[in-house]
Amino acid sequence: MSLAPPSPAKIWGWLDTIPDPEIPVISLVDLGVIRAVEWQQETLVITITPTYSGCPATAIINRDIETTLRQKGIENLRLIRRLSPAWSTDFLSEKGRAALQRYGIAPPHTAAGPKSCPRCGSENLEKTSQFGSTPCKALWRCRDCLEPFDYFKCI
Amino acid sequence: MEKNAALFQFLCRMGDNTLVLGHRVSEWCGHAPVIEEDIALANTALDLLGQTQLWLELAGTVEGKGRSADDLAFLRDVWDFRNLLLVERPNGDFGHTLLRQFLFDAWQNIILARLTESRDQRIAEIAEKAAKEAAYHVERSSGTVIGLGDGTDESHRRMQAALDRLWPYVGEMFCGDAADQTLAAAGIAPRPEDLRSAWDAHVNAVLDAATLARPDSDFAHKGGRDGTHTEHLGYILADMQFLQRAYPGAAW
Ligand SMILES: [Zn+2]
Repeated sequence: MSLAPPSPAKIWGWLDTIPDPEIPVISLVDLGVIRAVEWQQETLVITITPTYSGCPATAIINRDIETTLRQKGIENLRLIRRLSPAWSTDFLSEKGRAALQRYGIAPPHTAAGPKSCPRCGSENLEKTSQFGSTPCKALWRCRDCLEPFDYFKCI
Repeated sequence: MEKNAALFQFLCRMGDNTLVLGHRVSEWCGHAPVIEEDIALANTALDLLGQTQLWLELAGTVEGKGRSADDLAFLRDVWDFRNLLLVERPNGDFGHTLLRQFLFDAWQNIILARLTESRDQRIAEIAEKAAKEAAYHVERSSGTVIGLGDGTDESHRRMQAALDRLWPYVGEMFCGDAADQTLAAAGIAPRPEDLRSAWDAHVNAVLDAATLARPDSDFAHKGGRDGTHTEHLGYILADMQFLQRAYPGAAW
C-alpha cells in the first residue's frame, strides 16, 4: 500500500454516518453496537454486538457497515460478532439519546419506564405494551397530551 | 456419557426448545386479540429464534461435522429433536399460549442465570445474552397470567383449564439423565433437578396472585428430551422445514 491506512478514529467517524436501519435518526455508533475498530495487519476488524439476539436489523447492520467501508476503499474487512458483555442500553451515546427524544422516542431511563413524554414533557404516563414496533421498544402513552409514544426500553 | 456427545445433546435441547416454542408463538402473528399482544408475541418469537441461532450454531461447532444452525433446524427429523414436550403443545386460546409461555419462561429464566456461570465460556456468553431477553419475557408472561387468572370469570376459568392441561408437561423440565450428570460434573450446566425449587417459588407466587390452583398431581409426560415426541411436532416441522426440503439450499 502506498497510503497509510485510515486511522481507527477516522473509521469511527465513517461508522457514525451509518443510520440504524430501524431508527434512522441515530447512528450505529450511537446505538452502541460497534464495540471495537482495529487493524490487524492489513485487515480491518470491526467487532459488533447484537442488540437483541433475534433482531432482524442485525443482518442489515452488518451489510451497511460492509457497504460503507468498501465505498471508502477498505478492501480487507472482517466483521466479528461479540456476545459478551451483552449489549445494554447503557451503550447508547448521549448524542443518540437526545436524537431519540427529538424524534419522539423516549430514551431509556429506568426499568420502570420513561422519564417523561417526548412530546409534552409530562411525567403522567402509562404503559400500554411491553413490546413495541421493534424488539428494543415498548409502547407508552401520555395521560396529559394523550399521545402514544415508543419507549426505548432499558436492558 | 462422553462429554462432547453430552454437550451436543444439551445444546440441541436448548436450541430446540427455543426453536419449537418460537415457531409456535409465531403462529399467532396476525391473529392475536389486540395489536399490542400481536406485536408482543411476534417479538417474543423473534427473541426465541435469535437464541436458537446461537445455541444451534454452537451445537454444530461442538458436533464438528460442519452442520450449521440452519442445517440442524431444517434438516433433522422428529426423532432428532430434543425439545421439551411442553413447547410443542398446540397454542389453544390466547390464555393457554401465555400460560405455556409462563411455565417455560420461569424455567428458562432460572437455567439461563445458572448458565452464565458455566465453565464453558461459549455457553456463558450465550446465556448472558439470552438471560436479558428471558427476564423480560417472564415479567410479561407472569403479569399476563396474573391479569387473566385474577380477571373475569371467563378468563379465570380458561386460565385454570390451561394450567390443568399443561401441568403434566412441567415435570420433564426437571428430569435429568446421564448427559446432564456429565455436564453438571464438569461445571458446564446445572442438574435439571436443582432448578425445581427456584421454579416452584416463582410459579407458586404468580399462581397465588392469579388466584389459580396449582394442580395436585405431579405426573409428568416425558420423552421430548430424548427424541420421543407427540404427534404435534411432525406437523410443526412439515410447516417450518417445507422450503428447505422442497428447495434445498434456498436462500434470501
Ligand atoms: Zn405528552
